[in-house]
Amino acid sequence: MLAVHVVDVSKSFRIATDPVNSLKERILRLGRSGHVEFHALRNVNIEIDQGQTVGILGHNGSGKSTLLKCMAGILTPTHGRVLVRGRLASLLELGAGFHPDLSGRENVYINAAFYGMGRKGIDRVFDDIVEFSELGQFIDEPVKHYSSGMYVRLGFAVAVNLDPDVLLVDEVLAVGDELFQAKCLSRIKQFQAEGRTIVFVTHDAATVRQVCDRAVVIDHAEVVLDGAPGDAIRTFREHLHGNLAERPVLTSDRSVIAGVRVEYGHGEQRHIAPGEPLRMIVDIHPDQPIAEPVLGIEINDRRGNLVFSVDTDGLGASLAPIEAARAVAVTIRRTWLLDGEFPVSLKLTDRASGEVVDWREAVTSFEVTSAGRAEGTVALDVVVE
Amino acid sequence: MADIAHPPAVAAELRPMSGRRTAAAHLAEIVRYRELLAMLVRKELTVRYKNSALGFLWSMLQPLFLLVVYTAVFAILRAGFARFAIWVLCGLLVWTLISSSLVTATVSITSNAALVGKVKFPRAVLPLASVGGALVHFFLQTAAFAVVLLVTRHPVDWEYMWLLPFALLTALIMCAALALLLAPCNVYARDTMHLLELIVLGWFWATPILYQYERAADWLQAQGIAGGFLLINPATPIVMTFQRALYGADEVGGVALLPDHGPLWYLGILSITSVVCLGLMYVALRVFDRADVNLAETL
Repeated sequence: MLAVHVVDVSKSFRIATDPVNSLKERILRLGRSGHVEFHALRNVNIEIDQGQTVGILGHNGSGKSTLLKCMAGILTPTHGRVLVRGRLASLLELGAGFHPDLSGRENVYINAAFYGMGRKGIDRVFDDIVEFSELGQFIDEPVKHYSSGMYVRLGFAVAVNLDPDVLLVDEVLAVGDELFQAKCLSRIKQFQAEGRTIVFVTHDAATVRQVCDRAVVIDHAEVVLDGAPGDAIRTFREHLHGNLAERPVLTSDRSVIAGVRVEYGHGEQRHIAPGEPLRMIVDIHPDQPIAEPVLGIEINDRRGNLVFSVDTDGLGASLAPIEAARAVAVTIRRTWLLDGEFPVSLKLTDRASGEVVDWREAVTSFEVTSAGRAEGTVALDVVVE
Repeated sequence: MADIAHPPAVAAELRPMSGRRTAAAHLAEIVRYRELLAMLVRKELTVRYKNSALGFLWSMLQPLFLLVVYTAVFAILRAGFARFAIWVLCGLLVWTLISSSLVTATVSITSNAALVGKVKFPRAVLPLASVGGALVHFFLQTAAFAVVLLVTRHPVDWEYMWLLPFALLTALIMCAALALLLAPCNVYARDTMHLLELIVLGWFWATPILYQYERAADWLQAQGIAGGFLLINPATPIVMTFQRALYGADEVGGVALLPDHGPLWYLGILSITSVVCLGLMYVALRVFDRADVNLAETL
């Protein structure tokens, strides 16, 4: 049974070339169109079954938040429509509309009423809200005295106690401390167990892998993939690469390391699965002969943590002196990395002179995509008996 | 903790999340959210009197203070007629209801922009809550005024008293309709709130509050225009009903104040005004609904 049906939804905004907010300007410009059309969504079709947890993946500006706002009924689609079965709660911002001068208690009642909940309904879950938010007696303090963590906890506590059939969540889990995030996540899992429908909007692949049954990738206002989380995350990263293709590569003054090419070995695919081989071709264009070249390779994760580092010396491989342009192939036979994008840095030294000929930070990167549910950096072969 | 054994009760049908509604559906939605409306009214009052020692007593002090000022000023100027301050307040109380509800309703959506962009709820509750807040004020001020009438043993006219709920209802329909028209206008052009201040000022002087209806009607007659022309202003029948019942006379010391008619005549003019305002209400709901479609993105 469908819980959410997005039927051919398009949304375009008129962006005023000069914002017109006054009557005078409106009259002066009458008939002249001082705006451009911006398409935030184009012909989006999504069917979500009751009880499913679906992630909407997309970069900033891809249209994913517009889609969520259309689903929530905050924005009206230019074309098409969104159908929802049952009660919907959208968590676009925690504590939206909290008034700083009112107490936590007063704000809970008003906030819940905005979601269509009556006083009696709130009375019933009020204690749960206070318990979940861990606010204790602070619930009767004005919200302006709350820390940002308390504020967010209260906002989330209200939302998850609204008893929705469909819950829309927009990146809000990215806030709060780790303990509270874990608590939110366990509440989300409980929601899933209760057969509620959840739609997550995020650009965090880890969340999608952890909680979603299915994911939809939005890029440039269109759905580019609707499928299993693993596939979606892969597609999402490929589109990220597409977007960042023009990113300038860090250049040092001596561009001896002229270029690096990553060969994934499956034709068009731009990623490998854990354990698959990977080849990097390093083009070296020496400006003067290098007598005893040593090539160092450093692999990091996205946060900059060192994952692996070695040089040709350490591998016991000696490179022949380089006098003219040549390519050096580096093959990782089994890449036991689990998931993510891994920037590669290279360093070329001449052992004879002890001089660093050229170094390149994050000159390239490669992609490992796991189809499984495991998380982390390295792929361990695990068996449970 | 939600009951895990009990699966969410899911409504049978798929409903569209947004789009145009009929005026009736729109009204039904507002009624469904009546508790939100009540909470917003309460919030407006709580926030206003937070951290003030006298709290809502300030609302009640205002008419008493005005009464003292008007009594003093008109005594010194030797203007007006007997108990002129009471006459002014009879009209002024209900006028304050109209003007303050319109002024606050106009900015009700623009000042809650963050909320409108983040949560789905019938946006019409925002301007309506402003009218509700003004209504609570009106009751407080009227209570204070009633005490004054009692203490000064002012002779109110009980024969006309039963008309007051009708007059108040008419005022509320008019305010609600105008509130629903003005609030979205202000989203599209912020000039609305400035323009409204001027309109309210002009409207105040076009309504017989500081002067008496009969005097204005006489003047119009002298210009060859029927005095009843004044009743086109929908605030006029409302104000006149309050004056007739609370001031309690249609003439004082030879000065004609109000037309010499029975309660049924007042009921008549109120009924006509109500019907006109109900028509306006329908238009307002349609306009609001039309504006609602692009409200969140225009803000």
